[in-house]
Amino acid sequence: MVERRRFGDLIPHLVLLTGVAIVAFPVYLCFVGSTLDQATIANGQMGLTPGPLFFETYWRTLFVGTSGTTREPVATMLLNSFVMALAIAVGKIAISIISSYAVVYFKFPLRMAAFWLIFITLMLPVEVRIYPTYKIAADLNLLNSYAGLTLPLIASATATLFFRQFFMTIPDELIEASKLDGAGPFRFFKDTVLPLSRTNIAALFVILFIYGWNQYLWPILITTRDDMQTIVIGIKKMIVTADALTEWNVVMATAMLAMLPPVAVVVLMQRWFVKGLVETEK
Amino acid sequence: MEKRAIFGGRALPYLLLAPQLLITLVFFYWPASQAVWQSFLLEDAFGLRTDFVWFENYNHLFHDGDYYRAMATTAIFSIAVTALSLSIALLLAVQADKSIKGAGAYKTLLIWPYAVAPAIAGVLWLFMFQPSLGLVARGLRALGLDWNPLLNGDHAMALVIMASTWKQISYNFLFFLAGLQSIPRSVIEAAAIDGARPVRRFWTIVFPLLSPTAFFLLVVNIVYVFFDTFGIIDAMTGGGPAKATETLVYKVFFDGRLGGNLGGSAAQSVILMIMVIALTAVQFRYIERRVTY
Repeated sequence: MVERRRFGDLIPHLVLLTGVAIVAFPVYLCFVGSTLDQATIANGQMGLTPGPLFFETYWRTLFVGTSGTTREPVATMLLNSFVMALAIAVGKIAISIISSYAVVYFKFPLRMAAFWLIFITLMLPVEVRIYPTYKIAADLNLLNSYAGLTLPLIASATATLFFRQFFMTIPDELIEASKLDGAGPFRFFKDTVLPLSRTNIAALFVILFIYGWNQYLWPILITTRDDMQTIVIGIKKMIVTADALTEWNVVMATAMLAMLPPVAVVVLMQRWFVKGLVETEK
Repeated sequence: MEKRAIFGGRALPYLLLAPQLLITLVFFYWPASQAVWQSFLLEDAFGLRTDFVWFENYNHLFHDGDYYRAMATTAIFSIAVTALSLSIALLLAVQADKSIKGAGAYKTLLIWPYAVAPAIAGVLWLFMFQPSLGLVARGLRALGLDWNPLLNGDHAMALVIMASTWKQISYNFLFFLAGLQSIPRSVIEAAAIDGARPVRRFWTIVFPLLSPTAFFLLVVNIVYVFFDTFGIIDAMTGGGPAKATETLVYKVFFDGRLGGNLGGSAAQSVILMIMVIALTAVQFRYIERRVTY
């Protein structure tokens, strides 16, 4: 502390508590909504205290689904979201760790051309080329498949750049020593590069898992069957325009379930999350 | 920078690069070039004939009132979300940077909304502000405000801005806090000894040293508002009422849907691509400059 503050730490605590309250309030209301019955919410009688229907609502949400707009139960959507998020995270890490290994540790014709081909993709998110990508996925018979959900989102350069930057910081002495010991590129990768990359892989995994879980526009286009949709797009279909028909208690329970996995990842793996966020953005 | 020690091998590096290059070519370069090509084509109403029309799609766009309206909406939306989320995040970060009890807990409690999907954030805020049953909306009505985002475009816009800001505060907070913590204490103490009060110290020392972070966040936030808010808008308003919340990206999606106006949608995509490339170029130039400092 540079100087004595007149009111001690009162002001910072007040400001931060207000911030935390504003940030948490929508989620608290969402939780309250998920424990009430549909009529109470629809009549606008909802208060600030949770109701008694926690288990009933979540059970129905997970295994039965909404009755008005009968769709798949949310458990199926959760499974789809998990598969998609994991496939995107693992797929991106796998293909980009080997491609940046090639760019950093080998010298070959067209090396920089290959690097730039990958690098340029950094600039254009999937949203700006959405319909042509959809058409290609359709031509390749990828509609309503996990491959179609994930492959187009794996094509991006962030992870490749991230690993390249890290490999550049690995001292040259390590590879020289390995070569003296007779290790080839495979041994060096398995015994030296991979163990050294562990924390970087963890950091990247956290960021990519959240990225994959929260995808919206692409899954909307590529899935037409209800049993293939993810939870983030499934929730939209539960909100019907005629408000009286929307089962808000189920919608709110679905929202809670959709937030839980990525928020848990951020809170439990906070150190890696911060590292991944700060370093992939450079 | 190059490595001194490298491996030999002719085929191996190409094999290692193959998976990523293949996916990039099929799902990035091919569709991106298709988008550019389509933007020069015009399909007749029945999809029977496609003509090469040069810049007619672009020409049409630049004479289309709806397109300018989407641009204005995007501009207002970007400015509001960026200004609000940056200033709230800065205020919180400055407070969390003070050596107070529980600073770590505050940090955890403030960063988690980053993980909430935009569409889910939209649903949460819709639930609070839904005119007939939302808790906050009922409060507003009790205060005498005729709150109805389903009919009133300004209300819908305010709602989308609030949800987008709520979601972006955590990201900006994290980067501002990291920026604040990298400012050497000795500089601030020296100013204090010279008699500068906290407010003056903030504007003459802390804020200028924080400006690289602020500029970086400015670009990231604009890109966020352009693209990532699609889910928020689609879940909350669907671009309505009467297209009041239709942004550029939403229009690309809406116009091309069900094969409606693919040429026009593609032309919009190309314009968006150019905008993003320009933004990224600005950012890179700037980062290079920072490196040479």
